[in-house]
Amino acid sequence: MTNEQKKELQSFAYAVRQGIIDGVHAAKSGHPGGSLSIADTLTYLYKVEMNVDPKNPTDPKRDRFVLSKGHAAPALYAVLANMGYFPKEELLQLRHTGAMLQGHPDKKKIPGIDMSTGSLGQGISSACGMALSAKLSNEDYRVYTILGDGEIEEGMVWEAAMFASHYKLDNLVAVIDYNGLQIDGALSEVCSPEPIPEKFAAFGWEVFVIDAHDFDAIEKAFKAAREVKGKPVAIVQKSVKGKGVSFMENNVSWHGAAPNDEQYQTACADLKAAYSFLNE
Amino acid sequence: MSNKIATRDSYGKALEMLGAKDPDVVVLDADLAAATKTGMFKKACPERFIDCGIAECNMLGVAAGLAASGKKVFASSFAMFAAGRGFEIIRNSIGYPHIPVKICATHAGISVGEDGASHQCCEDIALMRTIPGMTIVNPADDVEAKAAIFALADYDGPAYVRLGRLAVDVINDEASYKFELGKGVTLKEGNDVTVIATGLMVGKALEAAKVLEADGISVRVINIHTIKPLDEEIILKAAKETKAIVTAEEHNVIGGLGGAVAELLSEKHPTKVVRLGVNDVFGQSGPAVELLEKYGLTAENIVAKVKEALL
Repeated sequence: MTNEQKKELQSFAYAVRQGIIDGVHAAKSGHPGGSLSIADTLTYLYKVEMNVDPKNPTDPKRDRFVLSKGHAAPALYAVLANMGYFPKEELLQLRHTGAMLQGHPDKKKIPGIDMSTGSLGQGISSACGMALSAKLSNEDYRVYTILGDGEIEEGMVWEAAMFASHYKLDNLVAVIDYNGLQIDGALSEVCSPEPIPEKFAAFGWEVFVIDAHDFDAIEKAFKAAREVKGKPVAIVQKSVKGKGVSFMENNVSWHGAAPNDEQYQTACADLKAAYSFLNE
Repeated sequence: MSNKIATRDSYGKALEMLGAKDPDVVVLDADLAAATKTGMFKKACPERFIDCGIAECNMLGVAAGLAASGKKVFASSFAMFAAGRGFEIIRNSIGYPHIPVKICATHAGISVGEDGASHQCCEDIALMRTIPGMTIVNPADDVEAKAAIFALADYDGPAYVRLGRLAVDVINDEASYKFELGKGVTLKEGNDVTVIATGLMVGKALEAAKVLEADGISVRVINIHTIKPLDEEIILKAAKETKAIVTAEEHNVIGGLGGAVAELLSEKHPTKVVRLGVNDVFGQSGPAVELLEKYGLTAENIVAKVKEALL
């Protein structure tokens, strides 16, 4: 991609990261770490990869997205708000009583949410169902889902992995957000699902391993995924939990905690500094 | 002797007919197509039959994705594995987003027979009742089962259908039967006592009523095929017009039809309710008919419960 395109994506990703911090701070709870780690991938998906229209969020021909790691909802909400699915002011109502933006994605309430998620391990199965539906009807929409690396400890994920390759769902891409941390600590210390790429390959998936914060790598992987025929694609993205906010990066205590007012100011300054190159 | 048909066979037949006329119908199973009778659909529409293997949780999630994309989805396994193992997926991926998946679970209750307690699900109605917006249908016979499946194919919400392995008497007349979701059916008028039954206990309630009439007890028999939403009107009317209520179901007495009726009446019209069902125990292996007798799921026991209710 051109430097100009990349800068546009980086600028959008900055807005998404800022939206995550704004939302979680306003909610006084939520999951900033795993939201920040997928901000770049979600940016690419909605700005470049997927055929979606914020003005027609239920178009039957649209590509589908399922946030299997539903706790990263602040990232998806920030993307949808910046895409124009709903006003950005909604982000500040996140998790408030009566608000549209629930703690985890709610298909019934929120425009642009294709599936309600939050209970780990289930989103990949519904994504399989959507991909299979396209196959049965000879429709050409594609289905994307993002799973957490800890999430794949759920056995149901591997039921879905088996299913997707058996039914040759080459219109399905599952991104595994490999930030290496889950609530109780490092994956390797809790109950390791590693090696991750090898497991998906063993289940019959085409696997790409990329840097989750490099738009060139992201673009290359999603373009390559379109060329894969006869099997589903797993993109294992090595990411930094908390990416962009220095004190949250690679720190598991920011999995499910909100910044206080002081930390919020620091986080905003951090993001501003991290994206200062945009003004160059 | 009347004709006996298992409601799982009725289900298979209904799917076969639906598949022929509606290209949006998709049927899922978890390696039990021969037993659940989805195999009949598989034979007729192989391209729209999806075997998910022995992986019920994924099957239910896939069902949600298919239905969210416009397909008319029927997903089947045994009640134990659909409602039991699958509960949380049904709750979060089907119930919460209110996606119109039709979960059609066969081999419900102890009439599973020889496979024993691990496969005899007497908890499914209780589990499904606690999910907001879930419709629950427990057909009494072949005619009602087929009619229910046809009605649910076009119903825009999630539903759980409880089907049996054991062949049971056909009590409804196919030509005149009209199925209305959420509406109980008064099969026999009476003014001393009301037996409210569901599933295979409906036929037994009719048998019991004959015996009781001979003893001079006038029995009303109501078939509640839709356990949720419950037909409150027909139950409250019976509570007001007769002296007591006996519920009869092939399910734990906790949380099923008896629980639903008792909850309703204790709030809106306190009435003596005697619950006949599996008395909060696990089943065991044995021929289905022997087990139904052993656990008191018989016309004779309905007679006894009616007499107890009238004491």
